[in-house]
Amino acid sequence: MQILTRSIPLFITAVAGVVMILSAFFPYTSDWGKFAGQFFNILAAFAFVLGGGNLLKLHLKKISDQRPGWAYSGVVLVCFIVTLFVGLMKIGAYPNPTYPNVHFSGETQGSGSMFWWFYEYVFKPLTSTMFAMLAFYVASAAFRAFRAKNFEAILLLGTAFIVLLGRTFAGVLATGWIPPDSAFSGLRLENLSVYVMQVFNTAGTRAIMIGIALGIASTSMKIILGIDRSFLGSGD
Amino acid sequence: MIKLLENLDRRWIFLAMALCVSVPILVIGLTGVTFPETPTPLAEAFFAEVDRAGEANGRQANVLIALDYDPASAGELSPMSASLVNQCAQRGHRMYFISLWPVGPQMIDDSIQKVIKRFYPELVYGKDYVNLGFKAGSEQVIKVMGVDLTAEFRTDVEGTMLSEIPMMEGITSLEDFDLIAEISAGYPGSKEWVLYAATQYDIPLVSGMTGVQAPQNYPYYPTQMQGLLGAIKGAAEYEFIVNAYVRENIVRKMLVKNGIDDETSRTLASDLDQIPTWTTTAAAASMTPQAKADLIDAATGATPGEFLEGQRRMGPQLFAHLLMVLLIILGNVIFFAQRRRGGSA
Amino acid sequence: MSSSVSEPMTSAQRAIWAIVCLVIVLIVVARSFVGHGMGRVYVEPKPMDFVAEVSESADGESASTVDWKQLPPTEFAAYVAANPGTETISWVEYDQVPPRSYFAQETAGGGPIVFSWPRTIGLWLAAFFTLAIFSFLYRDNPFYKFAESVVVGVSAGYWMVVGFWDTIVPNLLQRLLPAFSKEYLTPGMELPAGGFDMVNLVFLIPLVLGLMLVCRLLPKCGWMSLWPLAFIVGTMAGLRMVSYIESDILVQTKETVIPLYVQGDNTSSTFMLVWTTIWSSLAQILLVIGVLACLVYFFFSVEHKGAVGKTARVGIWYLMITFGAAFGFTVMGRIALLAARVEFLFDDWMWLIDPMQQREFITASVGLLF
Repeated sequence: MQILTRSIPLFITAVAGVVMILSAFFPYTSDWGKFAGQFFNILAAFAFVLGGGNLLKLHLKKISDQRPGWAYSGVVLVCFIVTLFVGLMKIGAYPNPTYPNVHFSGETQGSGSMFWWFYEYVFKPLTSTMFAMLAFYVASAAFRAFRAKNFEAILLLGTAFIVLLGRTFAGVLATGWIPPDSAFSGLRLENLSVYVMQVFNTAGTRAIMIGIALGIASTSMKIILGIDRSFLGSGD
Repeated sequence: MIKLLENLDRRWIFLAMALCVSVPILVIGLTGVTFPETPTPLAEAFFAEVDRAGEANGRQANVLIALDYDPASAGELSPMSASLVNQCAQRGHRMYFISLWPVGPQMIDDSIQKVIKRFYPELVYGKDYVNLGFKAGSEQVIKVMGVDLTAEFRTDVEGTMLSEIPMMEGITSLEDFDLIAEISAGYPGSKEWVLYAATQYDIPLVSGMTGVQAPQNYPYYPTQMQGLLGAIKGAAEYEFIVNAYVRENIVRKMLVKNGIDDETSRTLASDLDQIPTWTTTAAAASMTPQAKADLIDAATGATPGEFLEGQRRMGPQLFAHLLMVLLIILGNVIFFAQRRRGGSA
Repeated sequence: MSSSVSEPMTSAQRAIWAIVCLVIVLIVVARSFVGHGMGRVYVEPKPMDFVAEVSESADGESASTVDWKQLPPTEFAAYVAANPGTETISWVEYDQVPPRSYFAQETAGGGPIVFSWPRTIGLWLAAFFTLAIFSFLYRDNPFYKFAESVVVGVSAGYWMVVGFWDTIVPNLLQRLLPAFSKEYLTPGMELPAGGFDMVNLVFLIPLVLGLMLVCRLLPKCGWMSLWPLAFIVGTMAGLRMVSYIESDILVQTKETVIPLYVQGDNTSSTFMLVWTTIWSSLAQILLVIGVLACLVYFFFSVEHKGAVGKTARVGIWYLMITFGAAFGFTVMGRIALLAARVEFLFDDWMWLIDPMQQREFITASVGLLF
């Protein structure tokens, strides 16, 4: 069992990693990298199936255990199965006009199909409103949590003000009196926000970026060499 | 007063935010008035890069347009997509649409319906633009496209083999594109296109992105990313530039079509306000009254609402930002008042 | 998200909220009965008619081929009348049109544009879901919970469907089952010479790995998913290692090693030239100092004391400015998303505003009354 759950997976990881690295350096190995990439992409599509299966399993269990809110799990399952069915069967989708006799030849998400209807009138309003809600919570958080307790916090808040005002017409209204071609035009809020982004933000983000890249490179190396095996669930 | 603010129910803050956003939308929606935009260098660079695509190779540009977002971020990004497609269509670039997000094909479809089908009906699918749809695999899709595009994208979104699509002739990998124009809402998005396409193959890349992503991508500008649009402000600026360009281009084409020489047409198109007066002069005598009316309409008529989405949203943006600043100041006033009283923060 | 609120609502506050809700309901009710109403979708039918054209094979032995030809509705009727035995396929597609077109048609005395029940119901459902999610702002409630459950189910189904039709069918089934795919799924594909390309047998590998991945759902076969997982992790590690070193370490380091003196671009006067030179050079100097100071702050192998400590402190200042900028941009993004949803309610559903000129002036004017 150790061979199946440890040795072979580690071998697969090492080979797959080395293939990808080689394909970046040697032109005649680029096809290996291409195949590995294609396999990966097909596996990514299977991951959607795994995700759906997991959802099914989780909510079926919730219903069978009659846990609090199990009726909502029923809603999840019904929506999942109906969407899956109308999508896979292309219910109401028009065939490709070149092949009108082949039902499945048309576009899955084409306008007018039931799958499109689910997207347009269910998926789209729900997902976009979920994200839109964050505007309210960020306002509440700004009122409750942003305190100018020390110099660092003042810097953070000051920058936030410059960006918030400088990226709207408020910036023009507040500092529009500074002539745009004068020596002090850089102090106009809209220019100041550009300066902050291109100098201070770029410097800070670049340092974070270099740090993260070093971390990713070293972690990747450890994974390929089999030193980091945490993804196998061993914990070592 | 301080006591009242200390115990303020957060639902009042929610209501204030709702009003700050909805009232300006109503007012702008009914009056059609938007705030003037002053484009920043990043938006200008984005426009210029799209404009000069293909010039280095001396051909009609092949622009890969990757719309990597979903409806959740469409509020910020769809104005960018619309203006990008508007500029490419007006400039005569060939457009290859793809997406690394499962819902991306709908975003592509929206852009095609909203811009190409409505304002450029003369463009032919398969010759001027093609929708290659979505592929799972995130950055690995970019990796495979770098080696062999047809290995990953075998058909377009309608199931037609790429070999049967005229504009796919000669397109075998990412290196056959003159520009990658990408609109991104997260992972996979701008960063992945920088890492696996722009840096590796040295292909020009411009990217529009959400406000959350924009600060993280500034270090890539201008070496690895030649243009960057951040959040709705970036969208509004770019929209403003593209609208001006499109109007100027349409007017110039109309003048040339009516027999006005290229030099004069360019001069006139660069100062649209003088068009109504110019049509009354002897220089415009060769034009028919209908042609003159069309020219004046093109020069001074209203911009279609589809291309003002970003600029319209800058109205609610202004008031909501002012509310945010006010809330932060109020929160701090309470904090310092509490501290003075010796209470805990 | 949590449903907790800072303080319980007083009865006066509840009354105010009730009034707010009532005002919204009244606007919707009034708007429904004034002018052309609200929230309606109109479509124009587009008949799609095809006739089969059978061409006999040249040798008379091999099977005859059938080509489908699309005909305009008038020609179609005539063709069918002239060729009674012809096989035909017909359906009707519907293109959404702006309400303005329908109103114009009604004024002119009729036409093909019709009211669409499925899309109108959909539009009202979309408005209901939007308000159901917003209702969470007041407090957690069954409408929100219902909407939340719907989005989870639909999203999972949506991704599976797209993954299947956009990736598994063209990239896997077309290669492993070309004849079946051409016959039933993607008739536009080209069959390889001989009906099957032996090189494509290599795609059995992702098929097997994919099935092993799905085995994670089965309790006793869970270990099988480790193989595809190992493949996923290995390929990503290999791909990322090289690209991150090239892009985020080498290029970004190179971009930091830059000239600290930059000639200004404003040559209108000597003063402006000197001034812009100072600003441009200062930007470069501050950039280099910032990157180095932040890197020193991230370097934890040396104790942050003395010169290192002071430099690290400068690094913290830069990072605070970075986080402040990130906060500002995040706020900007969130508000734009909210604006888009409010626009949907006001424009598509309530017909209060009309930025895309979809309706007509009278409808917009009615909107103005509110």
